[in-house]
Amino acid sequence: MATASSPAVLADATRDETSLSRFLHGLPGVDQVGVEARAASLGTRSIKKAAKLWAIDTAISMVDLTTLEGADTRGKVRSLAAKARRPDPDRPDTPPVAAVCVYPDMAATAVEALAGTGIGVASVATAFPSGRSSREVKLADVRLAVEAGATEVDMVIDRGAFLEGRYGHVFDEIRAVKQACGDAHLKVILETGELATYDNVRRASWLGLLAGGDFIKTSTGKVSPAATLPVTHVMLQAVRDWYDVTGQLRGVKPAGGIRSTKDALRYLVAVREVAGEEWLTPELFRFGASSLLGDLVLQRRTQHDGHYSGPDYVAVD
Amino acid sequence: MSVWEYAPAPESRDLANLQPKYRPFVDGEFVDGGGEPLTSINPATEEPLAEVGTASESDVDTAVRAARRAFEQVWGPMPGAERAKYLFRIARLLQERARELAVLETLDNGKPIKESRDSDVPTAAAHFFYHAGWADKLDYAGYGPDPQPLGVAGQIIPWNFPLLMLAWKIAPALATGNTVVLKPAETTPLSALVFAEICQQAGLPAGVVNIVPGAGDVGSLLVRHPGIDKIAFTGSTAVGKEIQYAVAGTPKRLTLELGGKAANVVFDDAPLDQAVEGIVNGIFFNQGHVCCAGSRLLVQESVAEELLGKLRARVSTLRLGDPLDKNTDIGAINSAEQLAKIRELTAAGEDEGAERWTSPCALPERGFFFAPTVLSGVEQSMRVAREEIFGPVLSVLTFRTPEEAVAKANNTPYGLSAGLWTEKGSRILWLADRMRAGVVWANTFNRFDPAAPFGGYQESGFGREGGRTGLEAYLHV
Repeated sequence: MATASSPAVLADATRDETSLSRFLHGLPGVDQVGVEARAASLGTRSIKKAAKLWAIDTAISMVDLTTLEGADTRGKVRSLAAKARRPDPDRPDTPPVAAVCVYPDMAATAVEALAGTGIGVASVATAFPSGRSSREVKLADVRLAVEAGATEVDMVIDRGAFLEGRYGHVFDEIRAVKQACGDAHLKVILETGELATYDNVRRASWLGLLAGGDFIKTSTGKVSPAATLPVTHVMLQAVRDWYDVTGQLRGVKPAGGIRSTKDALRYLVAVREVAGEEWLTPELFRFGASSLLGDLVLQRRTQHDGHYSGPDYVAVD
Repeated sequence: MSVWEYAPAPESRDLANLQPKYRPFVDGEFVDGGGEPLTSINPATEEPLAEVGTASESDVDTAVRAARRAFEQVWGPMPGAERAKYLFRIARLLQERARELAVLETLDNGKPIKESRDSDVPTAAAHFFYHAGWADKLDYAGYGPDPQPLGVAGQIIPWNFPLLMLAWKIAPALATGNTVVLKPAETTPLSALVFAEICQQAGLPAGVVNIVPGAGDVGSLLVRHPGIDKIAFTGSTAVGKEIQYAVAGTPKRLTLELGGKAANVVFDDAPLDQAVEGIVNGIFFNQGHVCCAGSRLLVQESVAEELLGKLRARVSTLRLGDPLDKNTDIGAINSAEQLAKIRELTAAGEDEGAERWTSPCALPERGFFFAPTVLSGVEQSMRVAREEIFGPVLSVLTFRTPEEAVAKANNTPYGLSAGLWTEKGSRILWLADRMRAGVVWANTFNRFDPAAPFGGYQESGFGREGGRTGLEAYLHV
């Protein structure tokens, strides 16, 4: 196991597989009832007027506009890129999204369509979504994405190895992927829907952070449940704790199942009150979503116009 | 300046349907009380809310006689299944008028609307639903066949949960066939008088419920009235003792739910983030105006620093301000008198050597507010470890061994509640056996359910409220 980029305070944690395992199992437990109650209580925050407008614009700027279908075409990716640049053509002051998220073979198309916009191209990789392949194939997948010009790579962890307790294997793999990413930002997908407990979510979060992930991400969107508020709470707490220990800011990306503005606002409240205000930026928080953007645009128009304009005023793709 | 300030989201004050004048409710009618009227104020603004008529000696007497007549002629002989219908009706009316009651409670008490809306009012309705279910099943409550009601219950409730404490008192009394004369607290009488309106709406027979507002003198009249069969009191230990003296040597039955100085015990293997939530909930819920508040934090040395760091960070996120704002976490202290008491005791803690940390939140210019405060380095001998502050002030002590935790937790004349935080199940059972407290919560705090009996040890009182056990307080058994 390599330890090159682990901060000094945590160097011991990653010395070998035994230390890593001991460290992860020494993290405080997460009480299920407690974390779910806290998530529910923050869900009752009432966000109105100027606070709501600010939150909608911020949420739009945090969207990783995603299409991850076998049936994806270059045309679809291009139209998604167009929407990413101008989510609401009638209202040019609407901010662009953070990134477009696609499969590696579509990365080049997305890069071309977004050239010069500052919008990122995120590519999933490492045998997404199951992660069931050899490391060689996974790394080749990452190279494919990076060579196509992807600025962000969304990898999946080996959940099988994680659940078996082979943390060193997962750690090494994340490190290898991070290296293969070069300058591209690495998001580590934990696939929390397969991790069974909040304790595991916390361990996997720390594992991803220790191995050098720039972001930890909840889900592929292919497994149910995908992102949930309590899971995101645990991950936000992890990046907060990481910051308190190391001084480094790392990001969180809930993905899958976040469809409405109301949902997005609940997540932003959690970001503000669990991690802290520093995280209220696309540098440190993203939404992995496909249909969310449409509702955000709709609600944005409503806030400005004082009435609903109806779904036909929002581009469908 | 914050990058994202929540805009004010106030609940409409008009929902409270506030009347300029409220009057005592005696024998099914609102009457002009013979006592000196009092003015109830909004503790968040110090502005008067309404004038409230109070009961004189003759009003109390009329109320007790009405309750006696209702007990003997109507409510006592009524089959349980019929009584249940009234209780179900009251429960549904509480739900129908939930928003009105929540706003009224927040105006009169100062508690945040999110608590009156999500906790006080729904739990009050739940108590009526739960006890309505018992009314026709008392034969199966474990007290033998056909257990008999006591008669007329005199009930005196505090200002911290005005409507909820009313429900805790009235629901079991009515379910078991008793009639009641209830005195709400002097600073928070309004929701009880709206409840009286609900009794009328439900068609409850006259005299079954009587509400006699007033100060301690009205409570004293009630306690000493010879026509009363049972006294149920929730409030301070000092007043509880006076009541016990007063009823000694009389046939009156008594239950007391008094003060507390509960320990919240956190072990090094606790789920720390949720323990922080539990500590915050334990002491800052309802501005700490909770008799079972976890006002003493006992934390194991090895995690004390880490836990305190997390706790201060979390407490800094609590939003103090307009209780009607839906995003307010900490509302107003109920009265100037209570605020003075909290200030005095907190200052005493500092004088005795405790380290004071106070949330940096801004306080409104008007109204009675006290910022959430954590006193660390507290020792068992200090006043802030022994006396009930009844405010948003937490005293932090440390311990090394489980035995020490038990010794410190039990080293108080009170014994209402305790909280335990550890991921080790065997330790929870070991500790729960040793905690001298009526309620022990494990990995949670301040959870209430009408089915769960609540009550104290020692100077926290006696008798239980809620659950099957709570019925005993209103039955000849």
